[in-house]
Formats: sequence, C-alpha cells, structure tokens
Amino acid sequence: MSEMRTPLSRVRGLGSAKKGTEHFWLQRVTALANIPLAVFFVSAMVAHAGADYVTVTAFLSRPIVALVMLLLILSMVWHMRLGLQVVIEDYIHGHMAKLLALILNTFFALAVGTSSVLAILKLTLA
Amino acid sequence: MSDTSDKTVNGEIHQRPLSPHIQIYRWTLTMFLSILHRATGVALYAGTLLLVWWLMAAATGPEAFALFQGVAGSWIGRLVLFGYTWALFHHMFGGIKHFIWDTGAGFELSVVEWISRGATVIPILLTLISWVLAYKFMGAF
Repeated sequence: MSEMRTPLSRVRGLGSAKKGTEHFWLQRVTALANIPLAVFFVSAMVAHAGADYVTVTAFLSRPIVALVMLLLILSMVWHMRLGLQVVIEDYIHGHMAKLLALILNTFFALAVGTSSVLAILKLTLA
Repeated sequence: MSDTSDKTVNGEIHQRPLSPHIQIYRWTLTMFLSILHRATGVALYAGTLLLVWWLMAAATGPEAFALFQGVAGSWIGRLVLFGYTWALFHHMFGGIKHFIWDTGAGFELSVVEWISRGATVIPILLTLISWVLAYKFMGAF
C-alpha cells in the first residue's frame, strides 16, 4: 500500500532527513536578525569612515558595541552557511565534490566566525 | 541535473529532454532579482573575509590596521566596499521581499512588480545615501 501520509505530516514528523523545516526556519530567523544588525553595522561603518586606529578600537571595545558585533557575526555566519549550502546542493552534483564543498562551507563559516569573535573579544576585554 | 543521458537496452545513448532553462524565457524583473539575490548572497559570503581582516587588524595593532586602511581606502578598495554596501542592501531588501511572499501576501502580478521595483531602487538609494554620509563624516565636504 502506498504512503497515506500527506507531505505536511511527513515534514511535521521531521521527514526522511529528520530535520523537518529546520533549514528553512533558521534561514528566516537569522535573516530577520540580520536586518537590524546589518543596519547597525553599516551605520557604524559610515560614522567611522576614515576614522583612525584609536577611534575605531575605542568604539569596538565598548561592551554594547562588542555585544551587537558578536550577535551580528553569529547570525550572519549561520545565515551564510545555510545559504551557500543551498547553492552547493543546486549546482554541484558529483557526490564527493558536493560532500567536500559542503564540508568546506562549514569550515569557512566557522573560520570567519571564530576569528571575528576572537578579534572582538580581544578588543573589548583588553 | 548534470546526467541527462542514459543507455537503452541496446546500449545506445538516449538523450533525455532537458527542462527549459533561463535562456528560453523572456526576461522579467522578478527572475532577474531572483538570480541577483543569490549572486549578492555569494558575494557577501566571500566579502566576510574583508570583515575578518578589518576586525583582526584592529585587534592586532596600529600597523596591521594601517595596512587595512591603506588597501580599503585605495580607489579599488573603495569600489569593492561600495559594491559590498550595495550587495548588502540589495540582499536585505530581497530578503524583506521574500518575507512578504512567505506570508502568502503580495502575489497579485501588479503587486509583485511594485515590490520588485522597490527592492531594486531602494537599495541603490540607500547605498548612495550611505556613501554621501560616509564622505561627509570623512570631512570631504
């Protein structure tokens, strides 16, 4: 007998990959968070255009600025990993090449995330 | 899919029909924006290296920061940063457009067109405003 469950119930039951709509949902949640965080970032960059080393490091070391920058980095890195994952899955069809690209995508996102977090923490905790 | 041919029982290569791809359709603003949303996303992904460099340079010291500023402040550096600003705003408003459509609203063709026009023009305006303000903060005028 064929499958009687609807596609929606399969997804609610987490589906074949046991992830349900997690990817779709996290993409949207991080996208939503990115809007105010990116607006803050662009505003801060505009306000500090041409600013010298002392001014920029003093700005980044303020706890509230460091906090928002950390949130920006986490949300952005998560969002971009999910996004490029879809691009890889769409365009790379060889099994090993796809697997390798997906792993490199995770490595890149982690490298960008950890180095940015390290830099922000050093500036604000110094 | 990359594998569009397979063999029949006689061992002959059987060419399966391909589904129509982008070159067969009349270009519309919506499909152009769809492609651009992905392209700006990939560009922003690569551009995070600049953000990492900026943060690491600030955390490392004045010399490292001066090197970053020298490169970022050059005409090609400014061109890249200008493009990055636009890509960020474009991707942001593409995302907002998708949020509207995610709710199931705004699918009437005239509304689709106006949302798309807004998602094209507003990011360009915000990019220009940001750069005018940036030059103002730099004391250019």
